Amino acid sequence: MSPSEKYTAAAYLVVFVGVLAYVLIIAAKLQRLQREVADILERVRERDRG
Amino acid sequence: MSYLSDIGALTRKDLLLELRAKETVPAMLLFVLAALTIFHFVTPTGGERTATLGLLWTAIIFTALLGLTRAFVPEREQGLMDALVLAPCDRSAIWVAKSLAVLAFLGLAEAIALPAFALFFSGIGWRTVAAVALADVGICAVGTLTGAMAVAGRARELILPLLFLPLAIPVVVGGVGASAADHGGKYLAFLVLYDAAFGLLAWASFEYVVSET
Amino acid sequence: MKAIRLPQLAAAATVALGVSIALIFFYAPIDGDQGLSQKIFYFHVPIALTAYACFAWGAWKALLHLWKRPEGADLESYVAIHMGVIFGSLTLLTGSIWAKISWGVWWAWSDNQLVLFLVLFLFYCAYFMLRYSVDPGPARANMCAVYALFGVVLIPVSFLAIRLSRSFIHPVVFTSHGPQMTGSQFFVFCVALVGMLTLFAALYQIELAGKRLDAHLRELRELLA
Repeated sequence: MSPSEKYTAAAYLVVFVGVLAYVLIIAAKLQRLQREVADILERVRERDRG
Repeated sequence: MSYLSDIGALTRKDLLLELRAKETVPAMLLFVLAALTIFHFVTPTGGERTATLGLLWTAIIFTALLGLTRAFVPEREQGLMDALVLAPCDRSAIWVAKSLAVLAFLGLAEAIALPAFALFFSGIGWRTVAAVALADVGICAVGTLTGAMAVAGRARELILPLLFLPLAIPVVVGGVGASAADHGGKYLAFLVLYDAAFGLLAWASFEYVVSET
Repeated sequence: MKAIRLPQLAAAATVALGVSIALIFFYAPIDGDQGLSQKIFYFHVPIALTAYACFAWGAWKALLHLWKRPEGADLESYVAIHMGVIFGSLTLLTGSIWAKISWGVWWAWSDNQLVLFLVLFLFYCAYFMLRYSVDPGPARANMCAVYALFGVVLIPVSFLAIRLSRSFIHPVVFTSHGPQMTGSQFFVFCVALVGMLTLFAALYQIELAGKRLDAHLRELRELLA
């Protein structure tokens, strides 16, 4: 590939990786939120039992 | 006209405090002279005029920053901010008064700095002086507002430069341009635009910066 | 606004961006002067324009917050500005690569847009410093709103300043960001722009949803504790 093609590809790659990194961060956040919701659900169940 | 008398009272308070303490203005003066001296050592001989004028503006911006960092110290140290906000005056009057006070301090420092610059480096024309005057207005307007923001948080002295410097970039461009470029008039006009736009915005929005609700 | 369906928005963004990439590489003609590297422009400028849109949206929400005080306006303003910084960073990165191709250097002060984004980047990063130095509450929301408004005024003022500074700092080097576009190039550019704006909308809603969930969970915790 010519250098100009490499740089063009690099530019698009940067954008792609950037957006995917964002997806990763959101996925991690989603996992944390799931855990918290499960935790709160446990507590509410305990409260209802007790 | 009580708005104007409020401003007068508040400005007089700040000026009197400084007159008694004599802390801020001497510090600003010494700082600007020290900065100009350092700049002498970093400029190569036969330095281009634009470059040395740029140094003048750098010195002015950072001297202003020094003054601004001290601007809200009395309020903060004695909890005056809450009292001022509770006072039955328009909150924007606080901003006008504080800006005027800082303007006075900066003006005093520059009254020494500009002749010093002319002495150390090269002479300055009326355009530079006009640019400095116009730039001061913008610097004080924006600096007082960001100073109030910085004081409300935790990392006060740390955060004021971060908030202030990006906003000061157009001022520096206008100032250096007015001093150095051929058709300096349009840079002066630009400084007027900056002062008007940001002055108006700061005046209108100051009460939100200090209100708790 | 509440009726915006997140999956549909994300799907729309995927379609729009997918179509635009296809158009960029298979439809748009190869530029006579710059060759393949000109294609960076189809992403770089839409990303820059989207960043401006983010800051404008953030300022609008900030104005709403100060004016009518609706419930979530501060959070929406914050998320929009966060997106703006992300798109701004991407603008700086893609612009830097473009500069490397066009002029052989990784940074070009002669590129007005790049310098403007640097100034804005500094400004909006300070926004986050401000936000994290003040405890959450109405005071912080007000201050951040005011700062966001300052930002949006800074954009044109800075741009003017940078334009003015060119005449005494650097010799005027004309950068062609494709103002003379042929019809087909312009079409592809518009599709890419729509794609980027839709991407912003989708990411914005996603992040907002996440932050709102956070707030609800915190409230639930406090109610249960």
